[in-house]
Amino acid sequence: MKIISQLGKYFMMLWIVFSKPDKFKVFWKRTFEEIQLIGINSLPIVALMSVFMGAVIALQTASNMDTPWLPEYTIGYITRSSTILEFSPTIISLILAGKVGSNVSSEIGMMRVTEQIDALEIMGVNSLTYLVLPKITAAIVFFPILIMFSMGLSILGGWISLIASGLSSTDSYVFGLRSFFKVSDITYALSKTVVFGFLIVSISSFYGYYTRGGALDVGKSSTQAVVSSSIAILLANFFITQMFLLK
Amino acid sequence: MIEVKNVSKSFGKHTVLNDVSASFEKGKVNVIIGASGQGKSVLAKCIVGLHEVDNGHIEFDKRDFVNMPSYERRELRKEIGMLFQGSALFDSMTVEENIMFPLSMFSKFTKKEMLDRVNFCLERVNLAGRNNLFPAECSGGMQKRIAIARAIAMNPKYLFCDEPNSGLDPQTSILIDNLIREITYEFNTTTIVITHDMNSVIEIGDNINFIYEGKNWWQGTSKEIVKTDNPEIVNFVFASEFMKKIRENLRKDL
Repeated sequence: MKIISQLGKYFMMLWIVFSKPDKFKVFWKRTFEEIQLIGINSLPIVALMSVFMGAVIALQTASNMDTPWLPEYTIGYITRSSTILEFSPTIISLILAGKVGSNVSSEIGMMRVTEQIDALEIMGVNSLTYLVLPKITAAIVFFPILIMFSMGLSILGGWISLIASGLSSTDSYVFGLRSFFKVSDITYALSKTVVFGFLIVSISSFYGYYTRGGALDVGKSSTQAVVSSSIAILLANFFITQMFLLK
Repeated sequence: MIEVKNVSKSFGKHTVLNDVSASFEKGKVNVIIGASGQGKSVLAKCIVGLHEVDNGHIEFDKRDFVNMPSYERRELRKEIGMLFQGSALFDSMTVEENIMFPLSMFSKFTKKEMLDRVNFCLERVNLAGRNNLFPAECSGGMQKRIAIARAIAMNPKYLFCDEPNSGLDPQTSILIDNLIREITYEFNTTTIVITHDMNSVIEIGDNINFIYEGKNWWQGTSKEIVKTDNPEIVNFVFASEFMKKIRENLRKDL
């Protein structure tokens, strides 16, 4: 019963979030600030994760290819496919659920317990639209850019690891990357990312906005936000994969 | 003028406000007092719409606030200034940005006009030139004054102060009290102050409401509170020996 009630509350929140902002000039200013906070500030962690995960995927694939029947370019092909289809959109989104989700939830939660949200409401500001809509917009706009960045770095990481270890040549890796390429894979990955970005920020905002109590409760909300948005990402990933790849 | 008519509010089975009626006059400092947990803050939050009432009516100059659609409520709230117990300043903004915030959201002022208004409000609370400080860099008393400056930025008709003296030393408390009184008379606002500070009650309370067991137990002026023999009031306001002596002296003077 509690889940249904929470879901209802979540959709009611979204209904208010997507109402017209009080002032568009303020909305755009806040959106760019949020792009900086939740997007650009996530670049270092995304870069670090992507390079090393790409390197590990390429090394694992190369070290497990002990049959001569598999061509060498398979390493590039598998690295590209794993990166584009799952690693970059899903795993990086799960990492962002931890980084961005906890940040969003604790920021809004702290504003709630220190009565800053009440202050906004008393001034006549629609606090949900003011606080949450720019965050959702920033995530929807910038997460796909982060994921494309991750894809590029992951493939680069794979190439560096292969060259450094001497397990494959640049030519065969690049040939593998270009083999059987489908543009729809990119569309699928970026579509997933938009959904994941929306889920991370909206769910985290929900837990932050409805925090009650003090600092301890802000921490609990933050944890719940990360757990719930991670579960939502996994479920959404399953359904989106069904829709796009098995149609 | 704000009128509260037969307001009740419960949280689950716990009744906090039970058929409370009160009127808060324009151009006067209306004080709500009462022991902790008696419903003062809940009453104030009901009046501004942060809590929905279960029964009753709240009228802002004859405008029914309880049955108002949300967009009309939002418009009415632009006429309200509120000083929160913990100041509730936006910690990511400077003092100037905090005071400018309601102006940038709802006024059609140019940047220069907004800055002039910010400087006027800061001067009014004796904090001229502190524009670029962040709330974390200010003392508790300064934060309260900044919150007052933000509350008056939009020239509110109604001013709410939730425990404005909590956590402040006696001198700063007097400063805040005087500021609230001056602003009320200067801008002719309907001011409601929720306080535990008995000095404030006697000093600035033009109209005092004593909330006890979820009811508006007693209503009167600061002179009447000294004269009254109502045991609940006397036990609450003049609880200490020191306050009892003050009461005796005040009663002699009246």
